Amino acid sequence: MIVNPKNQGLYDRQFEHDACGIGAVVDIAGRPNHAILEYGQQVLKNLRHRGAAGADNVTGDGAGILLQIPHELFAAECQTNGIVLPAPGRYGVGMVFTSKDALLRAKWDALLAQAMGHYGLDVIGWREVPTQPDCLGPIALAAEPAIRQVFIDGNGLADVDLERRLYRARKRTERLVREDGGTEAEEFYVVSMSCRTICYKGMFMDWQLFAYYPDLADKRTTTSLCIIHQRYSTNTFPNWRLAQPFRCIAHNGEINTLSGNRNSMRGREPKMVSPTLGDDLTDLFPVVDPTGSDSAAFDNALELLVQSGRSMPHALMMMIPEAFGAKYHISTDKRAFYEYHAAVMEPWDGPAAMVFTDGRIIGGTLDRNGLRPCRYLVTKDGLAIIGSEAGVVEFPPEQISAKGRLRPGHLFLIDTTEGRIISDNEIKSRIARQSPYRRWLEENRIELRGLFDAPDLVETDPVETIKRMRAFGYTAEEKRMILAPMAVNGQEPVGSMGNDTPLAVLSDRPKLLFSYFRQLFAQVTNPAIDPLREGLVMSLTLFTGKKQNVLDESPVHCRQLKLPHPILTSADMARLRAVSRADFKVATVPMLFDVNRRSPGKALRKGLDALVKAAQAAVVDGASLVILSDRGVSQTQAAIPSLLAVSAVHHHLLREALRNECGLIVESAEPREVMHFCLLAGYGANAVNPYLAFDALAEMNQCGDLGEAIEPVAVSDHYIAAIKKGILKTMSKMGISTLRSYLYAQLFEAIGLKKSFVDEYFTGTTSRIGGIGLDEVAREALSRHAYAYDNDDYSYPEIDMGGDYAFRYQGERHLWNPTTVAKLQEAVRNDDAEAYAEFAEAVNAQSERLCTLRGLFDFQAGKPVPIEKVEPASEIVKRFCTGAMSHGSISKEAHECMAVAMNRLGGMSNTGEGGEDPARYVVESNGDSKNSAIKQVASARFGVTINYLAHARELQIKVAQGAKPGEGGQLPGHKVTGEIATLRFSTPGVTLISPPPHHDIYSIEDLAQLIYDLKCACPGCKVSVKLVAEVGVGTIAAGVVKGNADEVLVSGHDGGTGASPLSSIMHAGCPWELGLAETQQTLVLNNLRGRTRLQTDGQMRTGRDIVVGALLGAEQFGFGTAALVTLGCTLLRKCHEGGCIYGIATQDPELRKRFAGKPEHLTRYLTFVAEEVRQIMAELGFEKFEDMVGRVDRLKTAKAIGHWKAKGLDLSAIFHQVDTSDGRPVRFCERQQDKHQDHMDWKIIELARDAIENKKPVTLELPIRNTDRTIGAILSNRIVLAHGPEGLPDDTLNVVFRGSAGQSFGAFLIGGATLTLIGESNDYLGKGLSGGRIVVKTPPEATYLPHENIIVGNTLLYGATGGEAFINGMAGERFAVRNSGTVAVVEGVGDHGCEYMTGGCVVVLGGTGCNFAAGMSGGIAYVLDERQLFDTLCNLDMVDLETVWREEDKSVLRQLIERHRTFTNSVRAKYVLDHWSGMIGRFVKVVPIDYRKALERMKAEERRGTETTPATEEVFHG
Amino acid sequence: MGEPRGFLRYARSEVGHRPVVERVTDFHEIDLPLTPEAMRNQAARCMNCGIPFCQGAGCPVVNCIPDFNDLVYRGRWKDACSLLHRTNNFPEITGRVCPAPCENACTLNVNDNPVMIKHIEYQIVERGFEEGWIVPQPPRVRTGKRVAVIGSGPAGLAAAQNLARTGHDVMVIEKDERPGGLLRYGIPDFKLDKGVIDRRLDQMRAEGVQFQCGVTVGEDISVRYLRKRFDGVCLAMGAGQPRDLNVPGRGFDNIVYAMEYLTAQNKLCAGEPLEGAAPISAKDKVVVVIGGGDTGSDCVGTARRQGARKIYQLEILPKPPEQRPSDTPWPNWPRIMRTSSSQEEGCERLWSVMTKRFIGTDILVSQLLGCQVEWITGPQGWEVKEVSGTEFRLPVDLVLLAMGFVHVTHAGLVQNLGLRLDERGNVLVNHHQTSEPWVFAAGDAVRGASLVVHAIRSGQDAAAAMDRWLRQEHRGQ
Repeated sequence: MIVNPKNQGLYDRQFEHDACGIGAVVDIAGRPNHAILEYGQQVLKNLRHRGAAGADNVTGDGAGILLQIPHELFAAECQTNGIVLPAPGRYGVGMVFTSKDALLRAKWDALLAQAMGHYGLDVIGWREVPTQPDCLGPIALAAEPAIRQVFIDGNGLADVDLERRLYRARKRTERLVREDGGTEAEEFYVVSMSCRTICYKGMFMDWQLFAYYPDLADKRTTTSLCIIHQRYSTNTFPNWRLAQPFRCIAHNGEINTLSGNRNSMRGREPKMVSPTLGDDLTDLFPVVDPTGSDSAAFDNALELLVQSGRSMPHALMMMIPEAFGAKYHISTDKRAFYEYHAAVMEPWDGPAAMVFTDGRIIGGTLDRNGLRPCRYLVTKDGLAIIGSEAGVVEFPPEQISAKGRLRPGHLFLIDTTEGRIISDNEIKSRIARQSPYRRWLEENRIELRGLFDAPDLVETDPVETIKRMRAFGYTAEEKRMILAPMAVNGQEPVGSMGNDTPLAVLSDRPKLLFSYFRQLFAQVTNPAIDPLREGLVMSLTLFTGKKQNVLDESPVHCRQLKLPHPILTSADMARLRAVSRADFKVATVPMLFDVNRRSPGKALRKGLDALVKAAQAAVVDGASLVILSDRGVSQTQAAIPSLLAVSAVHHHLLREALRNECGLIVESAEPREVMHFCLLAGYGANAVNPYLAFDALAEMNQCGDLGEAIEPVAVSDHYIAAIKKGILKTMSKMGISTLRSYLYAQLFEAIGLKKSFVDEYFTGTTSRIGGIGLDEVAREALSRHAYAYDNDDYSYPEIDMGGDYAFRYQGERHLWNPTTVAKLQEAVRNDDAEAYAEFAEAVNAQSERLCTLRGLFDFQAGKPVPIEKVEPASEIVKRFCTGAMSHGSISKEAHECMAVAMNRLGGMSNTGEGGEDPARYVVESNGDSKNSAIKQVASARFGVTINYLAHARELQIKVAQGAKPGEGGQLPGHKVTGEIATLRFSTPGVTLISPPPHHDIYSIEDLAQLIYDLKCACPGCKVSVKLVAEVGVGTIAAGVVKGNADEVLVSGHDGGTGASPLSSIMHAGCPWELGLAETQQTLVLNNLRGRTRLQTDGQMRTGRDIVVGALLGAEQFGFGTAALVTLGCTLLRKCHEGGCIYGIATQDPELRKRFAGKPEHLTRYLTFVAEEVRQIMAELGFEKFEDMVGRVDRLKTAKAIGHWKAKGLDLSAIFHQVDTSDGRPVRFCERQQDKHQDHMDWKIIELARDAIENKKPVTLELPIRNTDRTIGAILSNRIVLAHGPEGLPDDTLNVVFRGSAGQSFGAFLIGGATLTLIGESNDYLGKGLSGGRIVVKTPPEATYLPHENIIVGNTLLYGATGGEAFINGMAGERFAVRNSGTVAVVEGVGDHGCEYMTGGCVVVLGGTGCNFAAGMSGGIAYVLDERQLFDTLCNLDMVDLETVWREEDKSVLRQLIERHRTFTNSVRAKYVLDHWSGMIGRFVKVVPIDYRKALERMKAEERRGTETTPATEEVFHG
Repeated sequence: MGEPRGFLRYARSEVGHRPVVERVTDFHEIDLPLTPEAMRNQAARCMNCGIPFCQGAGCPVVNCIPDFNDLVYRGRWKDACSLLHRTNNFPEITGRVCPAPCENACTLNVNDNPVMIKHIEYQIVERGFEEGWIVPQPPRVRTGKRVAVIGSGPAGLAAAQNLARTGHDVMVIEKDERPGGLLRYGIPDFKLDKGVIDRRLDQMRAEGVQFQCGVTVGEDISVRYLRKRFDGVCLAMGAGQPRDLNVPGRGFDNIVYAMEYLTAQNKLCAGEPLEGAAPISAKDKVVVVIGGGDTGSDCVGTARRQGARKIYQLEILPKPPEQRPSDTPWPNWPRIMRTSSSQEEGCERLWSVMTKRFIGTDILVSQLLGCQVEWITGPQGWEVKEVSGTEFRLPVDLVLLAMGFVHVTHAGLVQNLGLRLDERGNVLVNHHQTSEPWVFAAGDAVRGASLVVHAIRSGQDAAAAMDRWLRQEHRGQ
């Protein structure tokens, strides 16, 4: 058996992700039947496109099925083996993956038998499970385990009792085998062991599961329920055990908070007591198998909760609670249930569609955000099918009794013993009332009187404040740029142009420990959340204090301090300390160490030891809250860095099994910016009192630094508000909704910290290149301390001036500085190669003075070649691209200048996220072209029409951007000029929002789908995916390549030209050197590298940078800032203020006139770079650029790293070489598989030739299945290329489909085409609709009510720019998200309807979910509000509600409903029209406030009838 | 930062001058400072750029320009004054006589008018003196080390001040009657009132700096004495050797070096005794100033005030362009056509001209024979070439040679110390330390004649280097 590749280089298997298709089939009445399995097989087959295959294209990532024990089969089979089985239910069956080595197997069999015996069970016998290995791919085959079933006599036990016993015996077996040791132990795995269910799984593609296990096809195998799973893993390393289902669940999603959940579970173990599981629970520990995946860990925890006595729905409600914030209408008891359990267990947060079963009940549930699709169907003969998609099993419409989708946070439950479906409401209210949770809460929850009252005025001693600011490294710049904006605006400060300062470990200046950490963020495998528009699902509330036994419940469980957020004012601290309750004690422990300059490291270690001991003593002494405080800093005592202190205490208490006995509160002068609070929470702090930040703000306010108008009290309030928003944003980047699950989750990567140091104090954190340890940390702290206490000059500036955010001669080094900028501009303007050489020298030499990792690299010399033999510069420049900067973030002049330059060179410019003027597709008379070769597809889909897509050479999906990965953006209304609005299909003066996630990429299989869509919209075009470097990016890239991407772009953290929150610019992501190397290594390990190109960017400047990138594995290179500098930018860093004096980052017509850049400036620069590349190539002995790619053996560490901090760095992981002795490629060599050859559109194009070529009307009728995806996109591409963006005359081509359509039905459909679907559709219908018409009708034979049944999936009309959609039924979540021009009528929608909409019109003839119109800045919606409660469901931040009383509104609405009736024969529409006068009053008009103003302005202009003020200028100056 | 779009809202003002007719009748300063309210708007024009080229590419003493602009905008003048003095010992001097490379490097100078940084500096420091914010900063701890600074120009004064503040006993030795060097004797009063120097000297004396004037080291006191009396010496005696014009007729009595001429007038204004004969006056004379630089301008202004009949200023280089030439792109200092306030007061400027000989009678010159030249590239770079047939004659009563300085005076101290020199004849240093370890050097003596602001920076750096060395020596003992 091949074991997984070991962790090597930068690859670490803990970062594997998976996503999947799931399904469940059940006979509601519980009648066992072989047909259930056959349905299961169908489900699996029809979810094939949600799985993925490995490098060999025949090894699946995994598939499996969980079913009831087929007694008939086993009884018969056992009999032939001479085994007699007890009666059904009286024995258990274990499905075991074990070693093919007979000796090992025998040893483990014995251990298993021993464990069974320990619990009074007996092994009756073993059965070799029949298999058909010849159907497997070579990779799966190589890893194939021996598969056996063990039969265990319950010795009289049955049902729950037997299940529990089997559970404990299994856990004991696992423990014994693990302790028996060796790496071989990994080969032993109990797939399932139960008296009710059994699981068959393995490394299969869908069809292989049933082929491999003849048992499943055997007619004697019957079950009344099954759950199925099809896996899509980012990696293809052979691993049979990670296939799903697990013992209870099959999971499509990802647990983002896994490390926090794991740590918390470990923390709970010491207190676990369970009467049902017996006295000795040690066999069960660790509850969570440390080697399992996130889904496996979830399964472990769920299993424990269930086996210890909670019902499965109860346990799921604890682990995946629905959102219960104030904005939700839920019952008081249910809210109390959730709040009570919030004190017991944190959510296992992340996108999840889960199907689960205990063998009796079966069901599905979704996470609170509903980020995974899940549809169900119930037939009239009592069958229920749940699946990731609709249409996975086909039934005639008349046989269907109900259809639906799972809603966010809801349960869909079938109890086969009761033989019925139990509604979400019923099950939840039953559970919520099984104990008096509400009363328990009211009586026990601790809410201190006066806590969180308006903070008192703080009296500060100015000199003491100055000393502290010095000791904790405050700078004047930080006060001005970070603290002041937070206190004034209550918002996080914004900056632009990336970060060009050294990594903390390379800096000469003492850095706070915080700055050695980087935030992680979600990319591809799960989505970021929008903390602004979808803030209702998020929460900062937490409970802290002593935690109780998780396996039990009692009133005491919630006797904890409830904090609405984790920031405490100094007054709060005083109130907390004043608490005196016997059951709630508060202790303070100083986090200080002796000032000892001779051996700072030792002194710090001594201080830490004392701190940890004192904290432990306090807990043992009964403290419920331990405050770690550095208020005692003095001449002789320095502060232990707060992060180090809290993490050391947290991990120590975890190890001592005391962590759940107390809450940790940090009282420190050190934290002040968002990142600091996030880190403290991530490493163990339950709350933080940043007292110096408050003192500093108070002092600043007294000096008038905050302006005149601020009330002293408001200062702290604003500051806290800004920090809260920042924490929410940081959590949301990772896709985490609640602070409770973010706590302890350690979602950071360390860069520049010694591994031993991290392992000791930040256990579990990744630190890949080593760096400094305790000694250097202490030295940094002491150097600040000396500045504070050995200097009594307090004149202005009392503290260091700073220089991190803007260059200061006295401050931090910057790679972009007066010399480099000036030299580069001189070089390109005067075409001066010498000046370029000086520029390159300044940059390259500066790198050696430690600014970047690549500065620490040296080239390994080779045999030089004459430079004449080296590939010409004109070829090398074709590998260059400019960064994705939208027309909007930069001016038209700058944007077009770059496009012309890149087209002249044969390189590629990038549209960015802002659309493109179609006029640019026409080549100029002098041969120049302004058409950007790369067309970006970003989350807002601005201007992404079929015409745009069809004119691309490359389509780039921006998953994240370097400056602010995981975040959305906003183009304020005053920047949306007429010009910009036209390109983006929006309204001048109306704010445009880019959502943090792509709403059609919540998982890796969604990304594969989008790639599929884009390749339909532009057949033959390359698709690239832009990722940002962070730990684990390699694994994500592997998934992306498996999703059929042609190119992967790994961006560095430091790049970025646009406006971003400063905390993101400075603290998220990692250098491209790390990300690129990891990606290269992982792709080669997976043997996927040959299918894709790799690109990298992020502060690229010189030829040396390019060569380093190539040797690490990149083939293409992006330039952002450097390109702008050639065009005149001098890094004012004012992009976000629109005051760019160079006319680059501005839309102000006056400033745009100043733009002085020329295409030749950019072409000269890139040519200089290419020439420098050639020189280095000649020295290294490379003639062809491609020969350099991936030659990491030609890099080495610079000879001497003498720097006091950098000397601890170890770059060997970056230079790691993957074994390629089997000849596997290390660079691009073959194109991805064409997955569109059998696309249905080719047939339609053939049949509709007359329409496409001659504009003659054509009507077609075709059947359709859920596997037919993205219908209409290739067709639209053909039409737009033939006839332009307007398409065909209306109604030229009509195609009528019957059945269940696959995802992205009608995507990018162009005008003149009408697609009518009689049946139903999955997600993403009408994505990017570009003028076409989509009609979805409920089949006439259907007996259910259309407006009560889901007919189409989630995320419809995403980014649609025009056309119409008529939906004769209900839609799922996010209907018409980011719609900017389509008119749609639907009969009901789920949550987040019309989110981010900027134009068009939506009519909803039925109910809506919550958060309707969030972020809606344009367009109109009419909602039929029969219960008059719509205002409680609508997000009113940006919209107003009106009644429909204007005649013009009435007539628009009526016309639309009439059209809806005409196209769909809707009964609902007919009813409304028939009762028009009665119904019209029940409609509500939703109109965005800004949009209404813009419309009024435009109207007024029309009335004036003058053209004196162009709309643009009015917008700009108005 | 003031206002994000302040530069669009407010135009740059220029510092006004007293009317020509009025100012040429006296030697008082000619600038008319702006009002504090106007300063706020001027400060609001600063954008606090991500890269402040004013500081990073412009200002030799790396003033925190965006930061003090912001403080001025906010009305926090005292803090601005404190901040300004962190980097600049004598902002009152640079605020008057600096050519402001900061303003040249201001990013607004790319396609707009720069922030008036120099005048903001002037206003900050003047307000500081007025309000009494500028007080002595004597050291808290004294090192007991004795240091001599030779020369009291800007480099020497800056070095002396910083050395004194770090705790050393500093003695400034000046050959003239009063401290100040070129500041006092070279720059005319109408550009720099001498009271400005005196109030700074008061501060320095209060910080412990001692001044020994009228003493020429090498003549009045010996090197041996220096070595015995002091732990270290900092040479800051400037580039005293003026560039001469070796043409026939150079020997006439009324052909004098600019510095002699300016010194005489400065002493006259200050009421100091003049050595030797009566001062040279330009009254009613035709004056030819040879050299188109700042010193030349000072001569022009002085001659005008003395009542010259006609003033010519000759420059051998061609007339510079109005616009920035491409070979000195922003933020480099460009050679462009500039008109000084003195030139404004009336003088005829001739470009691309060379003096071939002086013609006169007895001891006085009466005619200057010159010609046009052109500049060609030869094997050694630019070469000057006479244009045939362009000879001209100017009647002349006084010729002032303002062609710059070649290097430090070698005779005397430099020779006595046996210091090594660089190829241009300046004192050779390594981080301001000369070939004699206990001797440091700063200012024009090291880099040749240059700007006051460079001299200040050089004095600061020399002080720092010397302080480090002294402390190391100390530890060694």
